[in-house]
Amino acid sequence: MITRRDFLKKTVTIAGVAVPLAAFEIIDPEKLFAQVAAEKTKVRWVFLVDTYKCVGCGFCVKACKNENEVPYDANVTRTWVERYVLTKDGRLFADTPKGARDGFATTRIDLGLGKYQDIKKDNIEKAYFVPKLCNQCENPPCVQVCPVGATYQAPDGVVLVDRTWCIGCGYCIMACPYGVRFFHPVHHTAEKCNFCYHRITKGMKTACVEACAFGARKIGNIKDPNDPVTKIIRTERVGVLKSEFGTKPQAFYIGLDEEVR
Amino acid sequence: MKNHVLRPLFAVIGIIVLVLAARIFYVPKDFGVHERGYMYGWYRKANIEDWKKVQVKYQGAEYCKDCHDKNYGAIKKSPHQNIQCENCHGPAGTAEGIVHFDSDKLPKLTVDKSRQQCLRCHYPLPYPSSGRSKIKGIDPDKHNPDIECSMCHNPHHPNLEGMR
Ligand code: HEC
Ligand code: HEC
Ligand code: HEC
Ligand code: HEC
Repeated sequence: MITRRDFLKKTVTIAGVAVPLAAFEIIDPEKLFAQVAAEKTKVRWVFLVDTYKCVGCGFCVKACKNENEVPYDANVTRTWVERYVLTKDGRLFADTPKGARDGFATTRIDLGLGKYQDIKKDNIEKAYFVPKLCNQCENPPCVQVCPVGATYQAPDGVVLVDRTWCIGCGYCIMACPYGVRFFHPVHHTAEKCNFCYHRITKGMKTACVEACAFGARKIGNIKDPNDPVTKIIRTERVGVLKSEFGTKPQAFYIGLDEEVR
Repeated sequence: MKNHVLRPLFAVIGIIVLVLAARIFYVPKDFGVHERGYMYGWYRKANIEDWKKVQVKYQGAEYCKDCHDKNYGAIKKSPHQNIQCENCHGPAGTAEGIVHFDSDKLPKLTVDKSRQQCLRCHYPLPYPSSGRSKIKGIDPDKHNPDIECSMCHNPHHPNLEGMR
């Protein structure tokens, strides 16, 4: 039986403890909504890939690994190049040995587990290369799932990872529909392409864009109407990967095909 | 007074207060909700500057121009004009910020003479809608096997007329 006196005493104690707790600011809702509204940046980085131009030399992958200190021989990479080969009898093959770090100097398709498939020249219906990298989504699911605020979208749209803050839970790696995230073999934190943030913020091109001798990769600012990349995206036919996920990817592709996943 | 009920309750409240107090010291001042709101913009602001501080390794062909004007001039007049020097020779800069030939701590650049290097582009892949099929390919098993390509072709000026 709880008496009136007991009840009051307990209520006052709990309320007394609760008041100072509320004084610790965790999230201020007012600030929160004010900042969502304030989106007035002048830069929004986007990427443009022309799959017709890509020759699969893999110099972009080599440059990316060196530039971003991703161990060269570890089988992880921030960007990679996929090869798609469709045969006349309707079969689809795709491979990316070592992320195409050393290019494609063979007609054999790497099926994994040490198996290869040779495809005769006369049997090729359609074949092309598709460079892949982080899409720097407008609605990045990897950021949504981070429990500690270690990955986030910078004001210019690039999704970054705070290595000092990442706890290595791996949720973001699972959440990315494009599979661009992995664990850094040295730092043991989530790692991803960040459009060479240290280069683009200095007015340089990303390492992969600079390495490409064929103009298959381009980076631009979609908020600048005079940017050549913006003009292409606005006026030509470009596609994005897996639009059905609603992530609003910001890497645009010329010559994207149905088979490309 | 039911002490056995209240004591653990106080203990729990005490732990919460401790955690929140520790949080004040541990979490940096610039950690919080930024431009993109709570869902996409909850982070430590100083990290943006951390990323900007990463060393630039690839300098670009213009950087090599003054000292290696011969190779630079030659390649710009050849079908290899768009290929970056550092694609074949590796990045001129290191993670420590030393750049090839700015001091006596010069990082040596690699001279990779392997046939594999050239076959990245010149291995023939007959892929109709890809730029690859437009590059002249050679069958490495038949085209002078076991001899480095650069014995006959100048990588900085591969033009077939006036070969080595
Ligand atoms: C400040 C002048 C300077 C610049 C800039 C420069 N180099 Fe050099 N480089 C040299 C000198 C001097 C040597 C000769 C070193 C030696 O013989 O030990 C050299 C040597 C080389 C070698 C041969 C290394 C060897 O082992 O034989 C390569 C390859 C090379 N440089 C590539 C480049 C590239 C690519 C760039 C541009 C990213 C570049 N250099 C920029 C001065 C420069
Ligand atoms: C397609 C790959 C490739 C590219 C691009 C390239 N090189 Fe080279 N480079 C080589 C190879 C292979 C050698 C070895 C040449 C030999 O054995 O004669 C070499 C040798 C050199 C050397 C050593 C001395 C010499 O002249 O033979 C220097 C210096 C050099 N390159 C500088 C450059 C510079 C500067 C650029 C950019 C303007 C450049 N290279 C672009 C492949 C390349
Ligand atoms: C023993 C000297 C020698 C070596 C080594 C050599 N080549 Fe050649 N290459 C030639 C000659 C000569 C020609 C021109 C005549 C011809 O088409 O065969 C040529 C032609 C070419 C062509 C133009 C083919 C065409 O269709 O016009 C390419 C591309 C080429 N070589 C690339 C390479 C590559 C890549 C390597 C190394 C894997 C290499 N060569 C090694 C001598 C050589
Ligand atoms: C990044 C891709 C790439 C790499 C790597 C590359 N080349 Fe080329 N090469 C080209 C392109 C593009 C052309 C011009 C199109 C053509 O003629 O095939 C070309 C042309 C040539 C030609 C024919 C020149 C002519 O006058 O027709 C030769 C020979 C050649 N390269 C040799 C080499 C050698 C030797 C190497 C290795 C040191 C090499 N290439 C590496 C892309 C490359």
